[in-house]
Amino acid sequence: MNYKVEKIPIEFSINGQERRVSVKPNDLLINVIRDDLYLTGTKYGCGIGECGACTVFLGKETVLSCLTLAASVDGKEITTIEGLAKGSKLHPMQIAFLKNAAVQCGFCTPGMILTAIALLKENLNPSEEEIKDYMRGNLCRCTGYVQIVKAIKTCAEGGKSESI
Amino acid sequence: MQTDTKILAQEFEYLAPKTLDEALDLLDKYKNKNIRILAGGTDLLVKMKTTDLKVDYLMNIKDISELNFIDIRQGLIIGAVTPLSHIIRKEKVRVKYTALYEGIKAMAAPSIRNMGTIAGNICNASPAADTVPPLIVYRTELKLQSKRGERNVLLEDFITGVGKTIIEPDELITQINIPKINKNTSSVFLKKSRVKADLSKINLAVYLEREGNVCKDCKIVFGSVAIKALRAEKTEGFLKGQIINSELINKAAKQVSSEIKPIDDIRSTAEYRIAMSKEMLKDGLELAWARAKD
Repeated sequence: MNYKVEKIPIEFSINGQERRVSVKPNDLLINVIRDDLYLTGTKYGCGIGECGACTVFLGKETVLSCLTLAASVDGKEITTIEGLAKGSKLHPMQIAFLKNAAVQCGFCTPGMILTAIALLKENLNPSEEEIKDYMRGNLCRCTGYVQIVKAIKTCAEGGKSESI
Repeated sequence: MQTDTKILAQEFEYLAPKTLDEALDLLDKYKNKNIRILAGGTDLLVKMKTTDLKVDYLMNIKDISELNFIDIRQGLIIGAVTPLSHIIRKEKVRVKYTALYEGIKAMAAPSIRNMGTIAGNICNASPAADTVPPLIVYRTELKLQSKRGERNVLLEDFITGVGKTIIEPDELITQINIPKINKNTSSVFLKKSRVKADLSKINLAVYLEREGNVCKDCKIVFGSVAIKALRAEKTEGFLKGQIINSELINKAAKQVSSEIKPIDDIRSTAEYRIAMSKEMLKDGLELAWARAKD
């Protein structure tokens, strides 16, 4: 190889805060979020786009941070699970997950909650089938799917007046 | 090959053009080097993590805004880096290009569809690609551009084998041009997979043009049954110009398996694929025929 791999300075907003970091071309977004910014709510599950544990919002859409180059988010907006609560006030989806016991080991939960929020942005009142279909890229190995679907349904019903 | 998928172990130089001109300049400059084009990354980065694929230069084209658009004025023209999820939000795609809508809806999961692009799915040239059979039945053309100029190629002729296409090292797919479709037409996409988010064991796109009780035109394309998506041209010829009834559909379904060349692999067996091809064609034709009525 006759090229020089240099660090790339990038600037992006994460959970409303502007951050500046230097990344290598092969640095993945998940590792910058976890190891450089210490936001460890975003989880590494499979690393190949099967499980959804590393889901974050890039702008208004969810993406998988394990398959996103950090260099590619220069100038963009990221929201992780840590960015949902306003102070001590949890996001309605977080409350719905808690109330419906949709969390067992908790590893899939950040990805589940972010994906569920994306669903409700697209479809305010999804049916059970639509919920299952939308959530199909988020795996829970405790198999808590019944409670997760219930939590999302409850949030959709109760969340009509609240902004999600 | 790395074993830890948490990181991307290999090093490369990152190129991020902001315009098409810049991208074509870079491709021209690096065409004899080991350069790869990154769009959504949902296939390429997985391959870079889990296979022997080594890349020296990675050119990210996802942020070239002039390649991110959907033009519905005449037929359907889709920019190369348009995310899959944006395509299925268009009413015209759902209503007029139903097989493409169903094909994309059947792919992976929402986050992957937010990342993945239509040109990426084509260039990856997987025989299991879910956008390819629908795009072939619509006679889709690809616009390829380079510093030397541009050319239009039928998608059917573009993919030549597993991971193989006729694209030149200095060329970029810039547009996917799907022709206007006639009235009284319909299309259907069907897929068999272990669970919904999985790759296809076998998939099928059917396009029908109906005139009263007669099948005026018909296209049938199977995926995951050969080294590339395969048109069942004999069966198409068998149905064209005929009065459609369940007897004819059954006959077509019986003969279609002789046109496919499936193999045993990790996702399925040749035997299963042959058996399913008959049932899927039957279902596909019946559904397309019923839809064309409206």
